[in-house]
Amino acid sequence: MAEFAPADEAGVVDAVREARASGEAIEIGGGCSRQGFGRPVQAGHTLRLKGVSGVELYRPGELVLRVRAGTPLAEVEATLDEAGQALPFEPPDLRVLLGSDGAVPTVGGLVATNLSGPARIVAGALRDSLIGVRFVDGDGEVNRSGGRVMKNVTGLDLVKLQAGAHGTLGVLTEVTFKVLPKPQDTLTIALVGLSSEAAGEAMRAALATPFEVSAAAYLPNSVAARSGVNEIARADASAVLLRLAYFGEFLPRRGRDLIAALDLAAPIVELPADASAVLWREVRDATLLTEPRERAVWRISTAPTAGPGLLTMLGREIGAEGFFDWAGGLLWLATDAAGDAGAARIRAALEPLGGHATLVRAPSPVRAAVDVFEPQPEPVLALTKRIKASIDPDRLLNPGRMYAGV
Amino acid sequence: MRMPEPKAAVIARRDTIVRELKRLCPAPEAVIDGDDALRPYETDGLSAYRQAPLAVVLPQSTEEVAAVLRYCRDEGIPVLGRGAGTSLSGGAMPTADGVVISMMKMRDVLDLDFENRTATIEAGTTNIAITQACEHEGFFYAPDPSSQLACSIGGNVANNAGGAHCLKYGVTTNNLLGVKLVTLDGEVLEIGGKYLEPAGLDLLGLVCGSEGQLGIITEVTVRILRAPEGARPMLLGFQSNEQAGACVDAIINSGIIPVALEFMDRPAIHAVEAFVHAGYPLDVEAVLIIEVEGSEAEIDTLLERIAEIAARFEPAFSRISRDAQEAAAIWLGRKSAFGAIGRISPDYICIDGTIPTSKLPETLHHIGDLGRTYGLEIANIFHAGDGNLHPLILYNANAEGELAKAERCAADILKLCVDMEGCLSGEHGVGIEKRELMRYQFTAAELALQERVKHAFDREGLLNVGKVFPFDEDRPAEAA
Ligand SMILES: Cc1cc2nc3c(=O)[nH]c(=O)nc-3n(C[C@H](O)[C@H](O)[C@H](O)COP(=O)(O)OP(=O)(O)OC[C@H]3O[C@@H](n4cnc5c(N)ncnc54)[C@H](O)[C@@H]3O)c2cc1C
Repeated sequence: MAEFAPADEAGVVDAVREARASGEAIEIGGGCSRQGFGRPVQAGHTLRLKGVSGVELYRPGELVLRVRAGTPLAEVEATLDEAGQALPFEPPDLRVLLGSDGAVPTVGGLVATNLSGPARIVAGALRDSLIGVRFVDGDGEVNRSGGRVMKNVTGLDLVKLQAGAHGTLGVLTEVTFKVLPKPQDTLTIALVGLSSEAAGEAMRAALATPFEVSAAAYLPNSVAARSGVNEIARADASAVLLRLAYFGEFLPRRGRDLIAALDLAAPIVELPADASAVLWREVRDATLLTEPRERAVWRISTAPTAGPGLLTMLGREIGAEGFFDWAGGLLWLATDAAGDAGAARIRAALEPLGGHATLVRAPSPVRAAVDVFEPQPEPVLALTKRIKASIDPDRLLNPGRMYAGV
Repeated sequence: MRMPEPKAAVIARRDTIVRELKRLCPAPEAVIDGDDALRPYETDGLSAYRQAPLAVVLPQSTEEVAAVLRYCRDEGIPVLGRGAGTSLSGGAMPTADGVVISMMKMRDVLDLDFENRTATIEAGTTNIAITQACEHEGFFYAPDPSSQLACSIGGNVANNAGGAHCLKYGVTTNNLLGVKLVTLDGEVLEIGGKYLEPAGLDLLGLVCGSEGQLGIITEVTVRILRAPEGARPMLLGFQSNEQAGACVDAIINSGIIPVALEFMDRPAIHAVEAFVHAGYPLDVEAVLIIEVEGSEAEIDTLLERIAEIAARFEPAFSRISRDAQEAAAIWLGRKSAFGAIGRISPDYICIDGTIPTSKLPETLHHIGDLGRTYGLEIANIFHAGDGNLHPLILYNANAEGELAKAERCAADILKLCVDMEGCLSGEHGVGIEKRELMRYQFTAAELALQERVKHAFDREGLLNVGKVFPFDEDRPAEAA
């Protein structure tokens, strides 16, 4: 069966039309760094977007960047960095966690998975920064939605719909982001030795101050011990991490006022910018949970007040180990991959709390047997199938990647 | 404005339909049908177009909304959701055979959760009520459309409303965590919740800004934010639009993201000065209002830095507000702008398109040319930081042919926005106003795809008919 590797959008259109004529589905990939994420796709053809690459438009003064979908993320970040700007949502790099170290992550894969890092609590998710897309639908038609402006209510917002659709609703060929100036400086404050419940409270209190805390995570003792940052690894204690990011001259005052507002007895460590950068990368990429490799890894989105209790409970009941980000709203958990990798227990625990769990890493047979994405209520699943049918009627594009039958 | 042919068979059953709606929504005065009583529902903020609906129903619960929708689907009756009716694009104008579901009896704040920083409110709640409900704890809801005293959060979600502070805080979609959406089938979908990332496809993102095409929103969960320590604006005046535009670019390039960056041109400045005497300079072509947030000391530093950047573009006027009173004076002019224009012109059309900010001067130049070609005065007021233009075309509705002329001028300005690589609507929605222009921005295939996505929700095609999508003469009337 065919391995399509088009050099441009017209080539993508041809590939989809050819696949359609053959009656066989396509598995879509960019750099394939996140190929191990999602349900395994059964498809006759593969389509690789690496050739559809390059920056098309970058205007720092307009905060806009447009690139072809196969552009390596590293190229995008370097381009932005030169002008002192960055993607606001702090995109995670999951290669170490997923064991896809050699792969070159592309922007298309990033958008298709819609994952955002620690700054998400202030800067929004990837989908909030995404302002325009071009994609080829299942009929082989090119569609545009959004554009290069941040305010746009012109027709249905298919931009948001494409973010996180895992390639099931079209082959992305071009994406446009709203970008932001990189914070000039950062200051990370670590509160040492708090229980997960006390940590949750401290983080929520920090976010209720006006000092614009740009990230808030909690590492239990065993997870903190794996950090590459000495101040954290050697403390032999848990750590609450609070990050301030702004003009450097404003940070000391904000840091002082934040600590005063929290009014805690816990020992406090202030981390310099370089240590802070290392630490937040570890949180962002969940590399603290990489080893042991045989464990499954879950990513759970829930109400911030629910995160700490959930971590404690699942640690006790199924031996899960993990940490939380987003002030308790994002839980990363490593579990024993045997059986359902803890799926039933995790989802039952989430039921009364609200939220959902995604299996980010697990051996292929587990990903095929367990619902990788939270099972949907019947009416939502039926609607999801109808949306799929409206864009990809023959189910050619990454069929089954998110849900069976979608 | 041509609308889908009303279904005579539905209109003929009016009495039965009203009786059935009263059975489904039994509260006193929950159903409105007399001609006089229906008048307020004939139109929205785009008052040039009017059409009375068959009936209006004011449900008190999500269950009642579901029952009404199911009934309308079974009977083939067009349905329209309505909030406060402040839409400026005609999105809330009904059809003669349609039932309006007004959310005005669903206005409760259901849950304020300061720990998770969320508010859950019924869809009819006004925008301002959310901030009012949480400000005692120092929190606020960020999107602040100028109509916030009146407009409903359901309407804000439907139109993805913006405001003066979205440069920093984003528009509705960036502040929305969940909705309860009732489909035409009467199914209640709970999308999202108190967590940041909803499961599955981004249905929340799709529903936001869909202008009532996909379902009726009955409840909304939004994120609330801790208010900043303080905020103060400065006012800059320039001798040319080019200089003002270049200054906007330079400020953003400097790494400072102001919370608001508003622009007004000469006609707008003169109108507001005559009206409220805000102390704006009269001898400039353009003013910028730039607001930053933080502690008093941080604000001083940032405003000084902006003044230094602005100096490169030779401002003819610069005033930094020092206290709340001076801040209010600067905002007074901007906030009274629409009222001020209303005083100098009997009627005006408020346009809402977006352009890339780098094309501001060029676009303003073309808008000036269009005004001269049509012989109409145009005042420009807009959110410069994000390129969202609000040109106001002044005209006199009593003068023969003026409305039609103003509308042609408006259409040309919107096309100009598309030519500049912008879009037809930044925050007001397409409604009926820009429906036909959709062909200018999208290909036929793109529009067909959007309509198919709509029909994934609304299989019978009964929700908010005749809006958003072009409606051609040769298009067959919706099946009766
Ligand atoms: C003076 C003035 C200033 C304005 N300033 C701004 C501004 O700064 N920024 C801005 O973005 N807008 C502004 N607007 C436009 C308008 O206020 C917004 O679009 C607002 O969001 C509409 O809310 P509403 O409750 O009045 O909705 P309506 O006018 O009642 O309805 C608008 C659309 O939403 C749909 N709808 C309403 N409620 C629901 C529901 N519960 N479920 C499904 N569909 C629904 C309707 O069918 C219609 O298509 C302004 C309007 C005026 C008159």
